[in-house]
Amino acid sequence: MEALSVAFGLVTAGDVKLLSIVGLSLSVSLSAALIAALFALPTGALIAVGRFPGRQTLTIIVNGFMGLPAVVVGLLVYLLLSRAGPLGSFGILFTPTAMVIAQAVLVVPLLTALTRQIVEDTWRQYKEQLDSLGASTIQATATLLWDTRHSLFTVLLAGFGRAVSEVGAVMIVGGNIDGVTRVMTTAIALETSKGDLPLALALGLILIVLVLTINALAFATREWAQHRFG
Amino acid sequence: MTHSYGMKHLRCILFTVLSCTLISTAQAADSFITVASTTSTEQSGLFGYLLPIFEKQNAIKVHVVALGTGQALDVARRGDADVVFVHDPAAEQKFLAEGQGVVRQEVMYNDFVLIGPKADPAHIGGSKDILVALRKIEAAHAPFVSRGDKSGTHAAELRLWVEAGIDLDKAKGPWYRDTGSGMGPSLNTAAAMNAYLLSDRGTWLNFKNRQNLAILIQGDNRLFNQYGVMLVNPAKHPDVKREAGQTFIDWLVSDFGQRVISDYKIGGEQLFFPNAKRSP
Repeated sequence: MEALSVAFGLVTAGDVKLLSIVGLSLSVSLSAALIAALFALPTGALIAVGRFPGRQTLTIIVNGFMGLPAVVVGLLVYLLLSRAGPLGSFGILFTPTAMVIAQAVLVVPLLTALTRQIVEDTWRQYKEQLDSLGASTIQATATLLWDTRHSLFTVLLAGFGRAVSEVGAVMIVGGNIDGVTRVMTTAIALETSKGDLPLALALGLILIVLVLTINALAFATREWAQHRFG
Repeated sequence: MTHSYGMKHLRCILFTVLSCTLISTAQAADSFITVASTTSTEQSGLFGYLLPIFEKQNAIKVHVVALGTGQALDVARRGDADVVFVHDPAAEQKFLAEGQGVVRQEVMYNDFVLIGPKADPAHIGGSKDILVALRKIEAAHAPFVSRGDKSGTHAAELRLWVEAGIDLDKAKGPWYRDTGSGMGPSLNTAAAMNAYLLSDRGTWLNFKNRQNLAILIQGDNRLFNQYGVMLVNPAKHPDVKREAGQTFIDWLVSDFGQRVISDYKIGGEQLFFPNAKRSP
């Protein structure tokens, strides 16, 4: 109950610091999900439609990597971006860019695996039709991606959900720097560390409400688009 | 038509998001330093108090990455920090000997305190002697929480066990609980299972979830906790922001910086005591 009143107080006060943390959480995780989708959607569809050796192995690997531990991704990206690492000269460790990269890597397998499943199920229905039209693999992939776009939208939301809720990767590559790389999850971890459990829980509640709101908006947009454009 | 509209829209959003991220990184690029420091300086609230004062006087932003001392020094060894501000003199000397740091300057001290349940099952209260207290805890096999994360506080704890003549490798049992986490999480763990643990005073004072815990031993000279600051060696790591980093160090040990440190109080209690040596 104390957490609820703290959460309510934070929100109604329009705390600037809280707003910037919320803003960073959203922009980092939305960017990560969109960037991951650019790669994952075509890849997932190609795995579904393409016929090449090792396709089943690849499917298993991608499915397995859906459970990639965030902290491992964080560590790998940290080693890549560290000054002593191969991409160190860019100097982007401990910046929001590093956090976007880590979360994008984290959600790519999830988006790829879900896309593959959806596209493959649809492809079974349309295979004969597409074959009779003489569609190439690329053409079939593009068509199927477009036809399943409403389901893929939910996939994108799953990716965003995974990104915005993780703490292990952003903690390592972002460093939880006050005002620079502190996001909702790392702020919650910090307040828990300080033993301020009501504040930590209040931040948690705000994060949950935020994610719900985004999903509600996304749902409404999808409904609208489906009615408007079919 | 809808197809191309959708794609264009998506591309537009993506471009905006990407450029926002890039711009925000680029803007901050020239005027900040990265300080690898300890959880105690961050979680005690010292940085939250001190950095705004420094940043107001100097056009330099300070990005603090708060880790255990061991991890903070490792981040610096990879060239990912400009300044280290930690509290494990032995590890700091090793860092210097490797040529990773330029000069080590002492900044301030506070002390460690032995925290434990008010009921005090091992009967250690009432004395000042930390070594006697540790021997009693071990003899009673009373729950003891260790940081176990190579932090400055962990190093101090291990040193004290050795001084108490207890070989942890042999004495360790279910009573000795290695959390492998920061000061705050370890305090949360100790509070939940009524265990003893060593904490720095600053984090304890700022810690809110105390439950049945209280300070049981304090004031032993062996509990002295010295903080030092070093510029990461630019000769080894060319990306180190030498000038800005040195400005921050000079400010910390200046009369003014030292006064700011002593001004930081929680509930009227001073957390850190400045003791930088005056340069000749």
